[in-house]
Amino acid sequence: MQLQEFQAKKLLSGYSIGIPVGAVAVTPDEAEAAAAQLNSAAVFVKAQIEAGDRSMAGGIRAAQSALAAKAAAKELLGQKLVTSQTGPNGQTVKRVLVEARIQAVREFYLAMWVETLSGSIMLTAAEGGGAEIEQRFAMNALQLQSLRLSMKGGLRPGDLVELCRRIDLPEQAVEKFRELVERIHRAFIDFDASLIEINPLALTQRGDLVAVDAKFVVDDNAVFRHPDLAELSGEAEADRGELQAQRHQINFVQMDGDVGTVVNGAGLGLATLDMIRAAGGSPANFMDIRTTAKSLDIAQGIGLVLDNPRAKVLLVNVFGGGMQPCDTIVDGLGIAFRRSRRVLPVVLRITGNNEDLARLRLANFNLPKTECSDMWQAVTRAVAIAQGRA
Amino acid sequence: MAILVDQNTCLLCQGMTGWAGTYHTNRMMQYGTKVVAGVTPGKGGKSHLDVPIFDGVAEAMKATGANASAIFVPPDNAGNAMLEAIEAEMALVVVVTERIPVLDMVRVREALVGSRTRLVGPNSQGVLAPEVCQIGVMGTDRARRGTMGVVSRSASLTSEVVSQLTRVGFGQSTTVGIGGDPVHGIGFVECLELFFADPQTQGIVLIGEIGGTEEQEAARYLRENGIKKPVVALIVGRSAPPQRRMGHAGALTIEAPGDVEGKIAALQDAGVAIAPSAHLVGATMRDVFAKRAA
Repeated sequence: MQLQEFQAKKLLSGYSIGIPVGAVAVTPDEAEAAAAQLNSAAVFVKAQIEAGDRSMAGGIRAAQSALAAKAAAKELLGQKLVTSQTGPNGQTVKRVLVEARIQAVREFYLAMWVETLSGSIMLTAAEGGGAEIEQRFAMNALQLQSLRLSMKGGLRPGDLVELCRRIDLPEQAVEKFRELVERIHRAFIDFDASLIEINPLALTQRGDLVAVDAKFVVDDNAVFRHPDLAELSGEAEADRGELQAQRHQINFVQMDGDVGTVVNGAGLGLATLDMIRAAGGSPANFMDIRTTAKSLDIAQGIGLVLDNPRAKVLLVNVFGGGMQPCDTIVDGLGIAFRRSRRVLPVVLRITGNNEDLARLRLANFNLPKTECSDMWQAVTRAVAIAQGRA
Repeated sequence: MAILVDQNTCLLCQGMTGWAGTYHTNRMMQYGTKVVAGVTPGKGGKSHLDVPIFDGVAEAMKATGANASAIFVPPDNAGNAMLEAIEAEMALVVVVTERIPVLDMVRVREALVGSRTRLVGPNSQGVLAPEVCQIGVMGTDRARRGTMGVVSRSASLTSEVVSQLTRVGFGQSTTVGIGGDPVHGIGFVECLELFFADPQTQGIVLIGEIGGTEEQEAARYLRENGIKKPVVALIVGRSAPPQRRMGHAGALTIEAPGDVEGKIAALQDAGVAIAPSAHLVGATMRDVFAKRAA
C-alpha cells in the first residue's frame, strides 16, 4: 500500500524528520490561501496520488505567486494523472500539496527497503537527487551506496561515516544524517514499511536535511496491524474488479487480450499466460484462485472474466491440489454461468484431486464446453476459438 | 534417501488443533508421516487425532523426540511460532501459512543466523518424499518414489511437473516448495547442494518465475561449483504485465529487475536445460537423459 506524499510526510514529521512547510488543498481557492500563507517567493503545487513519477507527467507545478498557485491547482484538481506507475487509466487528483520551495545547497537520494535474498533491511543512498536519479539509474550511471541494518538498527558508526564520504556528504552534516537514518529506521519498523524513499533529500544553507519528496510503502501483509493506515488508503482508483477479486481470495489482473483465463495457483497462472502467447494468442486477464477460495468466491472471479467484453473464450486450466479439489472450481464455474447473461465457449483442462467428481458436476451444468486432456491442447484450442478459427 | 526428510522424520504440528491444522495433519498421517505431537498454547495435556498436544515446542520435543515441525498458524502469529521453533533448535521447520508480514520474516531470518534450524517457506506447499514422508499440503496421488529432485517457487507448478515426470517414467526423490514469498527460508542454492549430495537423486527440476534474483543466484552457484547432475529449469512469467503483483509478491523496483529472459540466459549459461514451455518439463528431462544414454 503506497501512501500519498502528504500522508508520508506527516508520518515522517512525527519522527522529527524535516519536511517543507506546506498545506493540503482540495480547491483552487484553498491552494491560493495556502500559497499566500507560506510567504515564499516560490511554491510548488503537487498532485497527490498513490503513484510516483509525477513530475514527468506534469503533476508537479512551480508557481511564483499565490494567484499562479491557484491557477496550477485548478489545472490539476479533478484531472486524471497518468504516470509510468499508475497504469493506463491514471488516477484522479483529489488534493494538491502546496509547499514552500526549499533552497538546496546539495541534493541526495536516500531509501530504506527490504532486500529479499538476504532478508534484511537495506539503507541505500546516492549523491544527487530528483527525477534525474531515475534516468541515471536506468542508464546504469548511478553509484548506489548500501548498508545492511538489523531490526534493532545495528549500524556501525564507522560504516555510516564511510557511506557519507562516498556520497560526498559534507562532514558537518554527518551527525544530522546519522540522526535521520535512525529516525527513518524507527518509522520503518513502527509502520511495517517495505520502502521509505526520500528523493530528493535536500541539504540547506543552514545545514538542515529536508525530505523534499517522500515515498512510503506499507507492507500489504501487515496492514492488519495498522487499522489507522488502512483508512488512509483506498482513494486510488485501483481497478474495481481487481479489488473485488481480492476480497474473494482471487488475484486478478485485467489485460488487453481476448482469451479469458481461470487458473488456480500463481505459477500455473503465469505459465498459462506464457502458453497463450506462445500459441499466438493474447490473454484477457491473469487469474490465481487462492487455495482459500470457496465455490462462491470462484464464481465471483469467473464473473469478472464473463463481464469483460473483450473476452471471447474462457480457458480453464486447473490442477486440483490437496487444499482445493477440482470440483470446488467447477462448482464456481457452474454458478458463474448461471448468474451471467453472457455465455462464452469454455475450454477446460482439469486434472488432479477429485477430477472425476468435477466431471460429474460439470455434466450437470450444460456449458458450451470442450475438454482437453493436455494443457497445451487446451491453450491452442482456446486461442483458435478466440481468433475465429474453430 | 531423500533430502530434508526420511523415514526417521517425526513431525510436530504447530497450530494442529485449528481447522487447517486438523485437516492437513490427518492427510499427512494417512500418507504415512509419523506425527508425534501437536502444539497449541493453552491446550497442553489434551490429545487431538490421537496425538498428544503440548503448550510449547521445546516441551513437545523433549517428550516425543520430534525433529521436524509443520506450521499452520495464522499470519499474525506465524512469525512467533517460527521463532519458538528456532529457539527450541528444531532441525526442520516447514511453513505453509501465506501473507506473513515481511518484517516478521526479517526477524525470523535474523534468528536463523547461526541456528540449527532449516526453514522451508513460508507460503510453501511443503516437502514431499514420495511414499516416505509428507510435510505439507500438496496433492500426493501423482507422486512416485524415484530419482528426480524438484525445487520450486510455485505449488501449482510443482503438482504439474510431478505429474509430467511420473508420466514419462521418472519418480521423485523429494519435492521442495521454497515458497512464493519474497523473504523466505532455504532457497534454490541450498536445495541444489542437498540434491547434488543425495545419492537417490539423479536429476533436478528447478521451477522459477518473474521477480527477485534467486534464479540468477542459482545460476551463479552452478557456474562456480559445477553442475554435478542434470538440471532442467522452467521459468514462467514472460507475459506478465510489468509492475504488477501477480499472486506471489514481486520484488521492489530498486532491486535488479527479475526479468524472465535474464534468468533463462543465466541458467542456460550455467549448463541448465530450459523447458521451452510449462507442458514440456517432463519431456525435456526425458530428452536430457536420452542424450546422456546415447
